[in-house]
Amino acid sequence: MANLFEVSNITLRFGGVVSLSNVSLYQKRGEILAVIGPNGAGKTSLFNSLTGVYQPQEGSITFNPKEGEPISIIGKKPHVISHTGVARTFQASRMFNALTTFENVKIGAESHKGIGAIGAILRGPATRKDEKYSDARTWDLLDFVGLRAKANYIASSLSYGERRRLEIARGLATNPEVLLLDEPAAGTNPSEKLELTDLIRKVRDQMGVSILLIEHDMKLVMSLAERLYVLNFGSVIAEGTPDEIRANQNVVDAYLGTTTAEGAN
Amino acid sequence: MNLPFIKKFSTKALIILISSELAAVVTGPPGNGDTPWVGFHDSITQKASFFGLFVTGRWALFYAIGIISYLAVHFFKKLNSNNSAMDSLRSQYSSVAKNKYFKLAAVLVIGVLAILLPTVITDPFWREAMVSQIAVFVLLALGLNVVVGFAGLLDLGFVAFYAVGAYATAWCTGALPMPPIFGSHVNPFFAIPIAIILAMVAGVILGIPTLRLRGDYLAIVTLGFGEIITLFANNLTGITGGAQGTKQVPHFSLHIGPLKYIWGLDPVPYYYLVIGFVILFIFIFYSLEHSRVGRAWTAIREDEVAAESLGINPLKYKVMAFAIGAASAGFAGVMTAAQSNFLTPATFTLALSINILVLVIFGGMGSIFGVVFGAIVIQTITMYLIHTPPAGYQPPDLYIYIGALLVIMMIFRPGGLFPARRRQRADVATSSLENSNG
Repeated sequence: MANLFEVSNITLRFGGVVSLSNVSLYQKRGEILAVIGPNGAGKTSLFNSLTGVYQPQEGSITFNPKEGEPISIIGKKPHVISHTGVARTFQASRMFNALTTFENVKIGAESHKGIGAIGAILRGPATRKDEKYSDARTWDLLDFVGLRAKANYIASSLSYGERRRLEIARGLATNPEVLLLDEPAAGTNPSEKLELTDLIRKVRDQMGVSILLIEHDMKLVMSLAERLYVLNFGSVIAEGTPDEIRANQNVVDAYLGTTTAEGAN
Repeated sequence: MNLPFIKKFSTKALIILISSELAAVVTGPPGNGDTPWVGFHDSITQKASFFGLFVTGRWALFYAIGIISYLAVHFFKKLNSNNSAMDSLRSQYSSVAKNKYFKLAAVLVIGVLAILLPTVITDPFWREAMVSQIAVFVLLALGLNVVVGFAGLLDLGFVAFYAVGAYATAWCTGALPMPPIFGSHVNPFFAIPIAIILAMVAGVILGIPTLRLRGDYLAIVTLGFGEIITLFANNLTGITGGAQGTKQVPHFSLHIGPLKYIWGLDPVPYYYLVIGFVILFIFIFYSLEHSRVGRAWTAIREDEVAAESLGINPLKYKVMAFAIGAASAGFAGVMTAAQSNFLTPATFTLALSINILVLVIFGGMGSIFGVVFGAIVIQTITMYLIHTPPAGYQPPDLYIYIGALLVIMMIFRPGGLFPARRRQRADVATSSLENSNG
């Protein structure tokens, strides 16, 4: 069984600044994988490379969907990559603030169809069937993340925790095989953090969506992730299970520090 | 009236006095070396009519307008802030306005009024203006609203599509030096689909290379495109007839079996024709706004990166917005060509592009009802000033008044007269967040 993501030796440069150098990693299907590291280590750059926002100059990224041929990610546009089954959230939540919670999710649910301007004008049976399907799917997902009661709220009126859940629902609406979460717990309070941990686990267990996670909250990462990669200055310095990472002297020096390591225990 | 208000008012009154005197001098006769003070002198001595109501010195006219606007604004502001009666009135109004049957009834009433309008308006000037200056501009504003309001792309060269539509009509009907495709003297009705398609193609051609740009850069490129089209019309004498304009474009005519009708010089039949198309375009744009396409446009406008991550191809949807917006401008071009019989490049100026943008901003970007209403209001004011100019009014002053109107609008109703529901919601949410934070 091929791995879901196979990243080999990618290097990403911005002029003279090397953001990622020779990074290799893989993700198994159905795995909750985490990428940790200090600020500026290249975690978000890695996400942006995986989703087509940045184009690495060297190396290759292969995505193996459940059905069909392996897909080379590099050189593809973000919206094409989304169609292959990769969804993501953003570090600073990026919602469509003028739209309601419901509409935010619905955009995800319907974006994989063709454009359909003529259908939209004439409102034929096919268009109405599509609408019905995406409405039903949107309600299901709002139930799933627990935002049904806020369906008609404007997205920007939601709390940070709710916004995170909305982003997860919106990503799931595109029917992905893997969900990339960029610091989902940033700006949330402890109880919201717990809910979020449960939700992320639920996404994997009930929906069968693999999770790739960037997070600074060690408690959340260590309880969720099955495997971790540690990035520092754009390169992978360690890989392993949470216990292995905690024991790794390189990681403790570069990122965790002694007190954090104790706190995480 | 309490003391602080009077104190504040007297300071404001002095400021208004100074600025109104300045306005009177600026709009008055220009001075020269011999009579440097003529502007100032005339601003006090010259008489002017206050919209035909009374006659007074020109400075006093400006002063009266200033004081009235200040008071209106002051009390409007007061009504707006902490007035629960007003709030409940407003919420009642909005709950009524949301009612489906109310909406339907409102549309029907407006429709009937639109049909009956030519029986009320008999003045030939207004009958003409109703079609060529109001209805056509409603079409243009509707089209630009798709681009600016729905998709959030600032297009400063929208007049280009209008010109393409108009010249396409002239071409099809044999009014250009270039030979027409279907022989000469074709009925302009056949030009409608061709003009619309050509305008849409122009939208696609402009869109594909330029819509990768964002914000200001896009605005500059579209501005350039508008200028290029005007220059083409001016200088390609062998194709467009150059600066002297086209030959005569025939009127619309119908010959279906026993049915025979020719649109002549009377503007009223044109009015009904254009109203029909306005309704058609409103229906199309409304359906699009409330469909997947409209939501995708909003998503791109709000956050392009997030929209892309959800599988929306921004370039495709933006090009589509350009093409669809261009369609109604293309049709407006057909109307102008067929009704006025004659085209010159001088019609299609940058000022016209800005004029259309003003209609959209004034009415409310993204709100179909708003832009239609905005176009009617602004164009009616413009036509009123041309038809019955108040004493002392000079045609170039028009933009001073329109500009002042826009400034006032931006202060008190930044979303336009009838803000779009989707845009308004974002504003309300942001301001309530700011309030709760602050």
